[in-house]
Amino acid sequence: MMNPGISRRGLLRGSLAGACSVAAHPWLSTMSFASAPWDARLVVIILRGAMDGLDAVQPYGDPLLAGYRPNLEVGPDNGAFDLDGYFAMHARFGPLRDMWQRGELGFAHAVSTPYRDKRSHFDGQDLLEAGTAEIGDGTRDGWLNRFLQAMPGVEGDTAFAVGNDEMRVLEGRAPARRWAPEVDVTLTPQAQLLLGQVYAQDALFGPAATEGMALAEAIDRQKLPPLPGGDKRDPLAAFAANRLRGDTRIAAYSLNGWDSHQGQGRVIGRALDTLVRSVLTLEDELGGIWAKTAVLAMTEFGRTARENGSKGTDHGTGGAMLLAGGALRGGAVYGRWPGLAEANLYARRDLMPTADVRSYAAWAMRGLYGIDRSLLERTVFPGLQMGDDPRLVA
Amino acid sequence: MTPFKKPINARTYAIVRYGCGFPALESPEEAEGILQRLSGPDRMAALWPVISFQAVHNAGKNLIEARKDRRNGVAGGEEAEKEWRGWQRTAYIDNFVVDMIRWAETDDPFRERLHRFWANHFSARNRSIHLAAGAGGYAEDAIRPHLSGRFADMLKAVVTHPFMLVYLDQVASVGPNSPNGRVGGKGLNENLAREVLELHTLGVGATYSQADVTQFAELLTGLTFNYKRGMSFQPAMAEPGAEQVLGVSYGGGNPQLKDIETALDDLARHPATAAHICGKLASHFVADVPDPDLVAQMVQAYTASDGDLRTVYGAMLDHPAAWSGFGAKVKQPVEFIASSLRALGVRATHLLDLKPNYVRKKMLGTLRQMGQEYQRPPGPDGWPDDAAAWVHPHGVAARIGWAMNVAKRAPDGPPDPRIFVNDALGDAASDKLVWAAGAAESRNVGNGLVLASAEFNRR
Repeated sequence: MMNPGISRRGLLRGSLAGACSVAAHPWLSTMSFASAPWDARLVVIILRGAMDGLDAVQPYGDPLLAGYRPNLEVGPDNGAFDLDGYFAMHARFGPLRDMWQRGELGFAHAVSTPYRDKRSHFDGQDLLEAGTAEIGDGTRDGWLNRFLQAMPGVEGDTAFAVGNDEMRVLEGRAPARRWAPEVDVTLTPQAQLLLGQVYAQDALFGPAATEGMALAEAIDRQKLPPLPGGDKRDPLAAFAANRLRGDTRIAAYSLNGWDSHQGQGRVIGRALDTLVRSVLTLEDELGGIWAKTAVLAMTEFGRTARENGSKGTDHGTGGAMLLAGGALRGGAVYGRWPGLAEANLYARRDLMPTADVRSYAAWAMRGLYGIDRSLLERTVFPGLQMGDDPRLVA
Repeated sequence: MTPFKKPINARTYAIVRYGCGFPALESPEEAEGILQRLSGPDRMAALWPVISFQAVHNAGKNLIEARKDRRNGVAGGEEAEKEWRGWQRTAYIDNFVVDMIRWAETDDPFRERLHRFWANHFSARNRSIHLAAGAGGYAEDAIRPHLSGRFADMLKAVVTHPFMLVYLDQVASVGPNSPNGRVGGKGLNENLAREVLELHTLGVGATYSQADVTQFAELLTGLTFNYKRGMSFQPAMAEPGAEQVLGVSYGGGNPQLKDIETALDDLARHPATAAHICGKLASHFVADVPDPDLVAQMVQAYTASDGDLRTVYGAMLDHPAAWSGFGAKVKQPVEFIASSLRALGVRATHLLDLKPNYVRKKMLGTLRQMGQEYQRPPGPDGWPDDAAAWVHPHGVAARIGWAMNVAKRAPDGPPDPRIFVNDALGDAASDKLVWAAGAAESRNVGNGLVLASAEFNRR
């Protein structure tokens, strides 16, 4: 071992009485924020691992679903929440019932990216984040970054990628900040002072450290109060909301753990809990800003209609997308429903996609920011046909 | 503005700009020695092998079988898949540890730097779960043997390597008029062809057309990989007829791998490739925007030697610009972590003793926070190389966090910061840093300041 026995005196996280706010120190005092001349907030959550749309939003009104999934829990009889007599949301969405009833939570169903047949997480996520029609076409940036490239007044902190996961959706030419609430820099006042003097000699390290230390103070991951319902707050959402309350307009982060090949109930249950806590954290932390916020949670593809031999589902095609926020018209399951009869399934195995998941993101951006349709179809999502306006934005 | 106010010794350049940092550990301290050492045996590779690509490939084959068994309800499938998961996770961690050992112990550090540079130039990451731990073995097979050889040989090794064939979709590319293409309705995938031209050889600014990309993609058809056969050339997948790439005709007879290799040789020899490669090397080692004369000398050496990389490095190290402007570049996170271990006296025995969980959480996790997930570059264009790309708020904060916590775990206990500042930086330590290291209230803070400093993070 690298001598773990050495005394860890001094600087262990939070253990030092003298540890204090770095931002309070004078050399960290000149933060300048500029504001984009647009006001709506957009949060994009990438659900990595392929969320089972047929479990998240269950078309229980079709008896075939229960037939395909004898060992999975299906429908209101098994605890799911009826939405409209045909669809029910998974029981673990329970804490979001009020949000649905207020019309601030909705879903789009039978959606997918243009990705077909290979069903690889890596490719599927690459395509979802690139926002293009195919992978390997030389596109290096993500669709959310191309959206920023098209918007006026974009400054360094207009957009934030939050968390340790690489967020290709926000990578590209337009400036976007990144921060992971997990980054832990607790320094004593004297250490801050010395570090400030040492960095003052450097044009890159000085300003970056100043801002980094200030961001580290934005939220205290260890001390987040519980949500009103008693659940734990999601630090990613808490940090995103902290920025969105200021000059940030766009935030993106990802939630993992959706790949439910085995023991689906347990896997998706845990992942849904995280998603629910994340959405509730955004709502609670954003306060009045929630009214002008849209949250889009999307995944790389859906899963097989039938359960597999290990009480799970395998990689599929069509899936579901979650829409939340006061800026959106929720209380609805959007989309054209293809049905579950075997002949209506994609390759006789997966939910048939009837809409491009990108079109919902495009319509949301058009509704929120008035961005030009041709720009969305050509530049942000090359090759997309947005189709009819689902009127997502309230 | 950097902290380097006084001229820096050539020895410091050799050890920091062209090496893995202090201590020197018998590393060469001038240009000629650096090149000589590089021409000698690759001792680190022999002493500290990575998990071979063949082993990853074999494990991938086992995973395919295990999954088949699981789907068919055959007993043991699930366990075998679980076992594979554990194996590949460990393999990834082991490769990282080996990488750190090489950096911490080598007396031939320019080789490690070149390994990282070229692995990034030919960036590939796991796209197929079956090859998840394959990046280390890929670079070891296709890149490391050619570090001081001809660029064309490295290019051919990379373009025909299974890991690259999977990563850039060559396995999905079939000549539309080939026997297989006519039956299966499969078509051309241009991904590998485009990236070879745009990223690996000519460069994005060079003069070539979409027609060149398509023709080159057609020429590449037949080149493929599967788990049973490994890499192979399948004439039944190859588009019939000759292809014109950059005005030269290739193939036309029975499709064969040789035609592809000839085209790659020509691409390696192309003037745009020489300019692209030499410019990229100079901006990696010397400055984001290197002295044009430095690059010109390197291009001349490249052309005169038919792409002999050792000759190109020689031209770089011969040029005065290679020994001025210290600190213009910033260590990438992996280099920062590795050089901090080297500076603290962490060696193989200590690294091998680390619990996998510690490596995963504290080391690989920190790399993620710094924005450089180990062996998972963002795309085929690799990690960015300009200094500013690495000095952002979360990256610097994570570097500070690492710096303030690592020295207390040094094998011989935390060093005296007043000594460590000189041991870790030589004459590159600014007066201010020397003062601050001595003024710190504790050893941890003093050593943390040294490692977090711009002086230590630049090269």
